This record gives sequence, C-alpha cells and structure tokens, in this order.
Amino acid sequence: MIGPALSSQPFVELLSLLSGIISEPLLVEFPFERNYVTSIIRVSLYVSLAAVAASTLFSLPVAMLVGFTDFPGKRVVVAVINTGMGFPSVVVGLVVLFAVSNQGPLGSLELVFTKEAMIMSQFVLATPVITGVSLAAVTSVEEGVQDAAYAMGGTRLDVALVTIKEARYGIVTAVLAGLGRAISEIGSVLIVGGNIVRADGTSITRTLTTAIRVEARQGRYETAFVLGAILVALVLLINGIVLHLGGTGRGR
Amino acid sequence: MAIHRRKFLGATAGAVAATMAGCMGNDGENGDGNGDGDGNGDDGGASAEIVGETLTLTTTTSTYDTGLLDEVNAAFEDRYGVAVDAVAQGTGAALETARSGDSDVVMVHARSLEDEFLEEGYGVNRRDLMFNDFVVVGPEDDPAGIDGMESATEAFQTIADTGSTFVSRGDNSGTHTKELAIWEAAGTEPGGNWYREVGAGMGDALNQASESGAYTLSDRGTFISMQDDVNLGIRVQGPIEGGPELLANPYGVIAVNPAVHSNANYDLAMSYIGFLTSPEGQEIIENYTVDDKQLFFPEALSEDPNFQQYVPEGWSSDGGE
Repeated sequence: MIGPALSSQPFVELLSLLSGIISEPLLVEFPFERNYVTSIIRVSLYVSLAAVAASTLFSLPVAMLVGFTDFPGKRVVVAVINTGMGFPSVVVGLVVLFAVSNQGPLGSLELVFTKEAMIMSQFVLATPVITGVSLAAVTSVEEGVQDAAYAMGGTRLDVALVTIKEARYGIVTAVLAGLGRAISEIGSVLIVGGNIVRADGTSITRTLTTAIRVEARQGRYETAFVLGAILVALVLLINGIVLHLGGTGRGR
Repeated sequence: MAIHRRKFLGATAGAVAATMAGCMGNDGENGDGNGDGDGNGDDGGASAEIVGETLTLTTTTSTYDTGLLDEVNAAFEDRYGVAVDAVAQGTGAALETARSGDSDVVMVHARSLEDEFLEEGYGVNRRDLMFNDFVVVGPEDDPAGIDGMESATEAFQTIADTGSTFVSRGDNSGTHTKELAIWEAAGTEPGGNWYREVGAGMGDALNQASESGAYTLSDRGTFISMQDDVNLGIRVQGPIEGGPELLANPYGVIAVNPAVHSNANYDLAMSYIGFLTSPEGQEIIENYTVDDKQLFFPEALSEDPNFQQYVPEGWSSDGGE
C-alpha cells in the first residue's frame, strides 16, 4: 500500500492556526478537542493525497498513451473516461464495499472500514477526472507543437516530452481537479470507511466531509460550519501550493 | 469527548511505540502517554497479545449521537487495551453489516430484527443490555392536538386523521421498525402528503421535523441530547415517564457467530459483551447523563434472569414458536 504516514505535523499545526483564524470571525469558540479535529484533518489529507498520488501515477501514462497513439476503439476509451468523470461517488462506494467486504473478492484482506478502502474508492473517483483532463490538455497541445517538433527532426520521445512540457499547466489542473473530487466527496468514504472515531476522539476513518455530516445530524451547525471552513481553506491551500510548484507557465 | 489516557504495561510499550511510528494501516492504539483515566486502581490487565487488536462494533445512531458510546468504549479500552471501532448505522444496516462478517459485535434495538438475525444463525449470545423509551415529539403549537395523550396508537391515529406532517426515519432502523409497528397497531396505513420518509438518522429526522413543524417518533435519549437545538417538545410520553408500554425501547447486544464468520473477533466480542453487562459496565450506563437526565437504564443484571434474552422471543426447546 502507500508508504509511511504522511508527515503532516507542521501542516496540521498550520491548520490549527488557520482554523483559529477562521473561527474567530464566526464568533464560535473552537468547539471540539484539538486531537479530534487534527486527526480528522490528517485522515482527510492522508486518504485524498494518497489516492490522488496513486491515481496520477496511473492516469498520466494512460492519458499519454491514448493521446499519442491511434488504435481501434480509441473513441470508446475516451467515452468511458469522460463518463467516469461524472460517476456518482455513492455507487463507487457501494462497488468498493462489495469488493472489500468479507464476502467480496478482496474479503481476505480485511479492508472494510479502513483508510485503505477509502483510498481505493477515491482512486476510482479521481482517475477518470485526472485522465480526462490530462488527455484534453495533451491533445490540445498536439497539433501545432508536434508538427514543429517533427519538423526539427525530433524523435517520438522528444515530441512526447515537448508535449508534456507544453501541457504541464493542464496536467496540474487535472491533478487539482482530481484532488477536488477526492477530498470533497462524502458518498463513498462514508460507505466504505464507516466514519469511525475512537472513544478518545482520534479519527480512524472520519474525514472532514463525514464529520460535517455528523455535526449537522446532531444539530451542531456552528461546528459543522467551522469544519466546512477548514475544508475550504485546505483545498485553497493545496491548490496554492500545487500551482506554485507546478509553475504557472501557461500551456501556450 | 473526554480524552481517556491509557496506562500501558511495560510489555505493551514496544507494540505501541511501533504503531506510533506511523504505520497508518489498520493499527490499534494511538496511545499518547500514561496516567490512569478513571483511577479505579485497575491497570488494565492488557496483555501483549491483544493490544493493537481492534473490535468492530456496528450500532445505532442513537447510542452514538447521545455520546454514551464514547463513554463505555473509553472504559472498555482502559480495561482491555483494545480499541473499539464503532460504526453508527441504523439497526437494520448494523445487522446487515454483521451478516456479511464485517463486524464482530452489534448493539441494536429492534427485537424482531434481532430475532431474525439469531434464527439465521449469524448471531450468538444475545444479552439484554439496557432500555430507554420512545417519545412522540411535535411542534409547540401541536396542530394535531395530541399533547398528553396516554396512547401512542391514538396519537398516531389522530396525526393521520388531521393530516399533520409526520417525519418518518424510513431507514429500517430500530426506531423506524417501532414506528411501523405503532402504525400497524393503530390500524392505519401511513401515506399521503403529510407522511415524509427522510431515510436518515435520528438527529437528521429531528432536525427536519423541527424545520417543518412536524411530528416524529424519537428515542428519548437522542431527543434529550438535542432538545436545545430543535423547536420540538414531547407530546406523548414513553413508559419511563408513565406512558404506554408500546413505546418501550430495549437494546440488545449480540456477538457475531464465529462458526459462520471465522474472521469474527469472537473472544473480544464476548469480552465486550461481558464488560457491558458487568456491574461496572452497567454502572457506567446508569450514570451517563445529558443535562442531568439519565438517558439509558441498565437491564443486564438480574437475580432472576429473563431467559428470553438469550433466544429469539417465544422460542422454546420443544419445537419453537
């Protein structure tokens, strides 16, 4: 599975600070245990980042392959990818639950109600998005640049590299879109993760989205809003970091 | 949510250190130090073999939303060094999860569904755990005029006759099962614009009833723990406050049958049932209050045990029903 724990400690510290700033203007006292909220943030980040990382490693080669080659049935593959972008997360959750449940084909791995099962379902959700958006980015670059690269006597590999370089902004957008899909969904993680928190307030499979649902269910809307604000801040923060790293060079 | 710190024995420190080293898998403890939580002088007696094991409990939203579960599970973790992963679903879903072998023990409150579960062979060693009761709650202006009725069926009948909005859980939970039983006893088929199935947990249903000025059936525990947040009041009392016996709400706890699901953590499940039904566990349930109100009443200890708690109701060894 995905390697060691995400060392999100400084990140979480920063988020605690952030959430303090967020909750200030809302005039709510920070209404829960620090451990509770930081462990929820940690689970959210771990699951979504791991799923998106794995999905990116899988999706980019696929997008390249589909983008650069012609083969029979290519249109079907593209149609499947595009359909997958809008696939309902609840259905993905159900399918993954059946796969990892004790009765399912992966039952012996005992993955039901674990973070790994959540990563699996988010991987399934993020993959079509990352593949589809990367594919669009790659194919939009192709025409002009490829001709130029070939004209200069480039090999296929050179052309591919040039294309990736040109399409990098689109690829970064694809990864962010996949992450947005993963971190903000609730349907599948609720089903396969079970929304578990230990008695000491440590989250095992509770994410920000499922925590918001629990708070809302219990009528604690202020708390739900604070968690929502943290989630939004988190997405903004990650987007900022990724865009910064990915370079903001326009595709063309 | 009280933070209970555990006291680790020397033998377990190594295992804990290993899990703290950041293995994010299905690990056990996130121990963060020592210091005996409840000072009962008992240092846990956890052995190295079970520390790091987890017990998966599927239960109802009411036990979770009232906060009772955190209380008893923290005490169990203190005692056994075993973490409880509690998945809060409706009673129907909790039993279904156990049927497919994805949990080790269930804590539920719908005897008819529990009996099916036992008869199918999925569960063993059922025990009566505790009870609270159901209450019919509704808006302050009480459009159906059922306030203070002595009979749940009469109240439901009146709600139907006046066409007052009624929110149903509609999620095959214990409360939903009870609600349907009341409609049946009242001889009324609910339906029409006034009857809304929301397919959600108790908290959600109470919120929706509050928002739309509707009646609903709630377990007393969840209602008390939320009453400050909703514009609803108790219109028909349950048996705890002298209401009809029909509104009784007993909870049972059942271990998953290890002969059916070999992966079921049976010995831990039995430890958990044993702990809950022990004088210590029952005392925790007895002493758990919200707004100074006791929510659950322990029912496991009796000098004259009710044998029906171990078997499907009405079962007898000479040929059943």
